[in-house]
Amino acid sequence: MKAFTSLYSQLDQTTKTNAKINIMADYFLHTYETDSIWAIALLTGRRPKRPIRTADLKLWATELAQIPFWLFEESYSVTGDLAETISLLIPTSNNSTVIPLNKVMTEILEIVNKTEEKKKEWLFSYWNVLSKDELFVFNKLITGSFRVGASQQLVYKALSKAYKLDDKLIAHKLMGSWLPQSSGLKELLFNTDKSFDDSKPYPFYLAYQLDVPFTELGDVNEWQIERKYDGIRGQIVVRNKQIFIWSRGEDLMTEKFPEFNLLKNILPDATVIDGEILPFKDNKIMSFAEMQKRIGRKNLNSKILKDAPLCMMCYDLLELNGEDQRSITMQERRKKLEELLEEFPSAILKLSPLQTCDVWENLDTLRVLSKSQGCEGLMLKHKESIYETGRRRGKWWKWKVDPFTVDAVLIYAQSGHGRRANLFTDYTFAIRDGETLMPFAKAYSGLTDKELIEVDAWIKRNTIEKFGPVRSVKAELVFEIAFEGINASPRHKSGIAVRFPRILRWRKDKKKDEINTKDDLLQLLNAV
Amino acid sequence: MLIQFTNKGIYCKQAGIYIDPWKPVDRAVITHAHSDHARLGSKEYLAHTQSENILKYRLGNISLQTLDYYQPIHINGVKISLYPAGHIIGSAQVRLEYKGEIWVVSGDYKVKTDNYTVPFEPVKCQHFITESTFGLPVYNFPEAEVVNKSLNNWVHQNAEEGFNSVIIGYALGKAQRILEALETDLPILLHTTIYNTNEALGFDNSPYIKFTQDFKRELLNPGIVLATGTVLGSPWMKRFEPYKLAVCSGWMQLRGARRRSNADIGIVMSDHADWQGLNEAVTATGAENIYVTHGYKTNFSKWLREEKKLNAQEVETLFEGDGIENESKETNPKETPS
Repeated sequence: MKAFTSLYSQLDQTTKTNAKINIMADYFLHTYETDSIWAIALLTGRRPKRPIRTADLKLWATELAQIPFWLFEESYSVTGDLAETISLLIPTSNNSTVIPLNKVMTEILEIVNKTEEKKKEWLFSYWNVLSKDELFVFNKLITGSFRVGASQQLVYKALSKAYKLDDKLIAHKLMGSWLPQSSGLKELLFNTDKSFDDSKPYPFYLAYQLDVPFTELGDVNEWQIERKYDGIRGQIVVRNKQIFIWSRGEDLMTEKFPEFNLLKNILPDATVIDGEILPFKDNKIMSFAEMQKRIGRKNLNSKILKDAPLCMMCYDLLELNGEDQRSITMQERRKKLEELLEEFPSAILKLSPLQTCDVWENLDTLRVLSKSQGCEGLMLKHKESIYETGRRRGKWWKWKVDPFTVDAVLIYAQSGHGRRANLFTDYTFAIRDGETLMPFAKAYSGLTDKELIEVDAWIKRNTIEKFGPVRSVKAELVFEIAFEGINASPRHKSGIAVRFPRILRWRKDKKKDEINTKDDLLQLLNAV
Repeated sequence: MLIQFTNKGIYCKQAGIYIDPWKPVDRAVITHAHSDHARLGSKEYLAHTQSENILKYRLGNISLQTLDYYQPIHINGVKISLYPAGHIIGSAQVRLEYKGEIWVVSGDYKVKTDNYTVPFEPVKCQHFITESTFGLPVYNFPEAEVVNKSLNNWVHQNAEEGFNSVIIGYALGKAQRILEALETDLPILLHTTIYNTNEALGFDNSPYIKFTQDFKRELLNPGIVLATGTVLGSPWMKRFEPYKLAVCSGWMQLRGARRRSNADIGIVMSDHADWQGLNEAVTATGAENIYVTHGYKTNFSKWLREEKKLNAQEVETLFEGDGIENESKETNPKETPS
């Protein structure tokens, strides 16, 4: 735990990417491989399941801290982080321990199914010996909230530095569903046997929002233009008569899409396609909300499958006949993809249609048009681009349509977590519905730190009532709220659900009676 | 009751004095010279001897009477005396006694000693008005030796790597403690406010470099810069590149505050009592009646009532409802000392 804790706090203390790479590389070089493999898993987001219920953690921490429960809760609300709160409240030793990370992690996996009594005994055996810093990291591991300020890309770069391997190769080796408890580091990184893991997807290539003028992009004819779909980005992997469907978050989602199962008999062996999974019916893309309903379900009955049938809008080919296609150009990959879908047709696999545009000036019209086709803008992919790893600028761009916006008034506030603990940063906004205010969206992001502090101070002076952590405030501050999609929703009081609401700006120039109304939103809804 | 809580501040009618009033009054007793306690506009001031220069530096030419610790004065039958509060230089608790009724107003205080300020001294009383800036059990601060060691290690590691160390701390109190804590041969440059505050305090400025507009970076190369929070995010900092940034404050105890501060390191150095300190201080007064102000007063007063069985209540102070309110104001090292 000592080395891993030190790794964690060093990463926590710097924002410089090079420093982070060096810190991690140094750790990998000086740590036992049995620990490194766990560190890699944790750093790339492979967290173990929460082994102990939060309620139990709080209760037992209160017991060791010898404070009343309400004071624990108050402390938690100010600290904004359960792991940290516990580490600050229970007495700790000043000595670091020599417990190896892999021992802790193995025990975390084992303790899940034990009795409450055993769990408590196990927990106290750590809580009583760990130093304050170790305790914090340990708590992060058992509360399932372990996150570090290092992206996967940085982890790959650090491993590349430590083991002298290409970082893209590492990225690929570390994709998929390997388990740290049953994988060896050497086996994982240096294995060249392809049959080793049939399910392994490729790292996704992601685009940034276009923020350079067209003049910097060169000739429009050098670019492949497609619609940007509003679905789930995914990879279909077919190998050895098996099919695996991966989401961009590296979740294996095969079970969620039973209608894709037949593809394992249609597509040739060792094929990997990149595309967007969409609800598609009567030759039309349905709204994202239709798919969301499906994704949330544990059991998919035939009615759901019929109501929201899915397709894959294919736009890239990553593996063909077992050969990695990522280093040939977009144009070549597209050609092979078209040939593949022609040779092995299926109603489920659709080819993302290319958009034609002769001059950059016409592109905006295409972008706006995409919205009426159930899409959210355009993708620009350079015809000579190889398939890169992760989010990169230059060869791929997304150009999304402008979001919907409305002006709304702040009515409830709640304090945030982590960096925003102790500041009122989580807001509920309302629109006008006749004479009353109708809450319609919550938003957490969009203000600068300075604005947050200003709004926070205002909230404290203008609180009307407190309900637990939530405060109702005087309806006075107006904000412009942006969102991506709008749908009817019987679950919301307003009857409307919006997607990705966020604060665009603080409208200090507007008064409460100038905000948008429910009718305005209903009009937006009907226009979609 | 000898003391009342009014909209101008803590008031003793019998003596006709206010303690740390936030509006202009005729007679004000000032516990210490921080700007949220010592405000301009009152006709007459009373404070500790060691606060004299700094009060005049900050408030201008005020009418000020000073007292040493333990040296009583009597106003209309009320015996008034000052006791060390350990918060900053010249900080005092105010003891008021009238016909056997004894009140102590803590002002801001710190129980742990810092080798610089006259240490806090508990005063027996029946009514104790306590601050509660860090009145939550997550605020138990590490020992000074540990903190000082981490500060010194950080500074020297930066120097080895070719970085200047920019350290942020409040000019009155914190800055002097930081200078006392630094064990180094590296050149130390002082922000003008800190240099002038030292001067007013009679703190020896001779080992330090005063910042001037014609500052040349070779003066440090590398070294230490001690500045107040007002410079954060300002172009003033650019001339010290490459540098690492430390913020010294009790609020740095929490990771969220550390991350919000955008500093490379948060040094938990506070001029206030931590949770344990508050509890010790309250117990040591032997007082049955506790009035909790300034900080996490809702929580701390509830704790004192329910766990310590004391007659504790929270007292409204200016612009604050409870601890959370106060916290965000004080998290910003620009505005308030902590």
